[in-house]
Amino acid sequence: MPSAIFRIWRGAVAPRDAGPAARHDAGFVDYSLEITPGMVVLDAVHRIQAEQAPDLAVRWNCKAGKCGSCSAEINGMPRLMCMTRLNHLPLDRPVQIEPMKTFPIVRDLVTDVSWNYSVKRRIRPLAPRPPDAADGTWRMQQQDMDRVQEFRKCIECYLCQDVCHVLREHQGFDAFAGPRFFTHIAALEMHPLDRDSRLRELREEFGLGLCNITKCCTKVCPEYIHITDNAIIPLKERVVDEFYDPLKKLFRRKKGSAPA
Amino acid sequence: MSADFETHAYDVLVVGAGGAGLRAAIAASAAGAKVGVVTKSLLGKAHTVMAEGGIAAALANVDERDNWKVHFSDTMRGGAYLNQWRMAELHAKEAPERVRELEAWGAVFDRTGDGKILQRNFGGHRYPRLAHVGDRTGLEMIRTLQDHGIHRGMSVHMETTLVALLTDGGRVSGAVGYDRERGRMRVFNARAVVLATGGLGRIFQITSNSWEYTGDGPALAYRAGAELMDLEFVQFHPTGMIWPPSVRGILVTEGVRGEGGVLRNREGRRFMFDDIPPLYRQQTADTPEEGWRYVTGDRNARRPPELLTRDHVARCIMREVREGRGSPHGGVFLDIAWIKEKIPHAAEHIRRKLPSMYQQFKELADLDITAEPMEIGPTTHYSMGGVRVDADTQMSSVAGLFAAGECAAGLHGANRLGGNSLSDLLVFGQRAGHYAAEFAAQNGPARSDAAQIEAAARGATEVFERPATTAANPFQIQQEMQEMMQAKVGIVRTGPEMDQALAALAELGGRAAHIAVTGNREYNPGWHTALDLRNCLLVAEAITRAARERRESRGAHFREDFPEKSPEFGGFNLVLRQGADGGMELRRQPLPPMPPPLQAIIEEMK
Ligand SMILES: Cc1cc2nc3c(=O)[nH]c(=O)nc-3n(C[C@H](O)[C@H](O)[C@H](O)COP(=O)(O)OP(=O)(O)OC[C@H]3O[C@@H](n4cnc5c(N)ncnc54)[C@H](O)[C@@H]3O)c2cc1C
Ligand code: SF4
Ligand code: SF4
Ligand code: FES
Repeated sequence: MPSAIFRIWRGAVAPRDAGPAARHDAGFVDYSLEITPGMVVLDAVHRIQAEQAPDLAVRWNCKAGKCGSCSAEINGMPRLMCMTRLNHLPLDRPVQIEPMKTFPIVRDLVTDVSWNYSVKRRIRPLAPRPPDAADGTWRMQQQDMDRVQEFRKCIECYLCQDVCHVLREHQGFDAFAGPRFFTHIAALEMHPLDRDSRLRELREEFGLGLCNITKCCTKVCPEYIHITDNAIIPLKERVVDEFYDPLKKLFRRKKGSAPA
Repeated sequence: MSADFETHAYDVLVVGAGGAGLRAAIAASAAGAKVGVVTKSLLGKAHTVMAEGGIAAALANVDERDNWKVHFSDTMRGGAYLNQWRMAELHAKEAPERVRELEAWGAVFDRTGDGKILQRNFGGHRYPRLAHVGDRTGLEMIRTLQDHGIHRGMSVHMETTLVALLTDGGRVSGAVGYDRERGRMRVFNARAVVLATGGLGRIFQITSNSWEYTGDGPALAYRAGAELMDLEFVQFHPTGMIWPPSVRGILVTEGVRGEGGVLRNREGRRFMFDDIPPLYRQQTADTPEEGWRYVTGDRNARRPPELLTRDHVARCIMREVREGRGSPHGGVFLDIAWIKEKIPHAAEHIRRKLPSMYQQFKELADLDITAEPMEIGPTTHYSMGGVRVDADTQMSSVAGLFAAGECAAGLHGANRLGGNSLSDLLVFGQRAGHYAAEFAAQNGPARSDAAQIEAAARGATEVFERPATTAANPFQIQQEMQEMMQAKVGIVRTGPEMDQALAALAELGGRAAHIAVTGNREYNPGWHTALDLRNCLLVAEAITRAARERRESRGAHFREDFPEKSPEFGGFNLVLRQGADGGMELRRQPLPPMPPPLQAIIEEMK
């Protein structure tokens, strides 16, 4: 059976803080493992856990790409460990696995993503209009929901947050909600039932203006959500209309403006 | 010293943040209770997120002949009449309201042409009944409840695992757990506790379930003196992935068959037509042509045999494999690509209706389901059994201790219909939360007992104090248990094999008592596995004892040595509790008599 080397970050200090000469309590450790057909990176981590390092910390749940728990950086790319096949990686050199760099480390491959939960709590929830169909519910057309459904595919893996330079390089946690929450807000703003508006906060609290449309977030999204084209750009347009061009605002309100 | 543990106090403590836990927490908050939620994983990641096919509710949006009575009788028939009739009644009546409520909280279900919630066909449901969002309904549901819930004032303790319930006389008084991140013990004082811990699939080797499914709810309840019920009924879903090996067990939604997917053996034969149970003959298509008309919405057609109940489909697959007609990797073929013979743009249609299935096979198996058949086989999926509860309030036999969702027993009887779990979570999550808040309001605070807290904390951490021996590695024991249970208490069971299983469990339990864990307490998976294993072993024993006692075949429980249904065994549920001597006590609980009007409904729908 073929084997491969897995170079895994170990320790409670983040790679960026450990410095070039990693301290004795944090650094990469190589594990050699036989591999079998169809294996994904998470399988390798689990096997290492069972056979070589029972205290290797990793967060996961579904192992089917549905829960968004197992985010990490594999050979430098933000990815879900459970959806990264080994036969898509070069195995003649070590497979490097490290925690997401943008968030504080807990231990090994696990990071503290609680900041994301606190951002979500600050976003005002759906404010539906009263039911208007005779049976006390609503009628909604599929085409009006397609866009919202795209955003709601989000599994909250926070890979887009991990890769966005506003958070990753500039640590803009206080002034910026990040791409995940721009899609969340877009889903609320474009929801056929919603009557509220979150445009003021987008501009003042959530730092939409700090996004310079690099599209890095879209590239890493495992759900293939068009974060920039379908969420961020239309939100930017709405903010402009709302605060600088009141006439256009009348046309665009509550419409998922032209898809890219 | 218990004084050293961080302590929280709530009116209602909800254990679990899946659909049932979140719905319970929302209901308890709405009733004015101070609510705490603990969950082993992060918020929004619980198993409910994986549900694919839909939520069953008789909304009658697609077929106006549907109503609660039809849903009720479908559920009872599916459960081989071992269901608690009162739960089946409440479920069928309240599910539509609970689904509409989700819509008011932001869920965006797929729509009918006239703008209502669209419903799809599923096994055992007479009419199209499952409200859905493509094949990611569970994600929609958990996100909706999560986003609604976080604005309702509940405190959520993420990545916190409970290891024991606390009691005060005959009443629950709280719980002890630890936080995963730092490994510190936590005490939760509570007037009422709602268990919503989900299932137990990790007891078996091949499963669609996540690591969280270690039977914690039933184990915690049992140790606190509560009764368990129906544990012999473990659902093996007929269609799990089987190739490549590392994806073995991952679910392939029944929605594939609902959209026209057919099962074939290696000879290309649609073997499901070969064996149609008498109870369903009236409702099953005679020809492939009629089956196709059914899945494409012809209201006068009857369902294809691929949409018979899961227990039956799983056994037919096993039969094909055993008799040498299986696929190369020991399963059979599930083919949706064939519909291109019937409709234009079939590939596009499949990608739109089953997007995550398309993605799952493409990414994990290098297979394009719009062009080729999938290879599938049965996978451990769902536990019909769990904590025995009162049908209306969901309270267990311990005062103040409630249970809802997959960890509770009663609604599904001997076999669950697809889609009836998500509706179960909503209906009984809401009830459990509501009645737990009521209980908390009517009963003062319970006393917390330092000795119990000490004992629970010691029991959870003693693995660190044991000398490191090479003999007992928790991962190793877990794996041996899973293989053994799959082989001996799996889809096909016999008395002698289950005797062997009990002996093997005793042996594994003996070794588990010597597990030693290395490393520190922070996010230490070896430690967590050792703790989960205690629950797995206990629940595995309960499953085996119940399955050995039920000397008949019914629903999901199949005994090769007793292959027929027995009228005698059809009259009771099996209830387990801890006896005075510490051993497991098993008794037969006669089914509560069904009121004549409900009996009449069942007769009428036969
Ligand atoms: C792949 C798949 C697809 C499915 N599709 C469908 C479908 O289409 N329709 C349908 O009706 N059903 C479906 N089911 C079944 C359904 O999803 C589950 O039965 C249901 O989601 C269980 O929900 P729950 O709220 O009871 O538990 P879960 O959602 O599993 O939540 C359990 C919670 O309890 C917590 N917990 C567990 N133990 C502890 C502990 N010791 N301490 C603290 N917290 C704890 C967990 O962390 C978690 O938060 C599917 C199941 C699977 C596996
Ligand atoms: S497009 Fe905007 S949000 Fe996305 S990564 Fe770039 S800067 Fe961040
Ligand atoms: S938008 Fe995509 S990348 Fe970002 S959290 Fe959601 S699923 Fe992950
Ligand atoms: S474990 Fe759920 S997405 Fe990877």
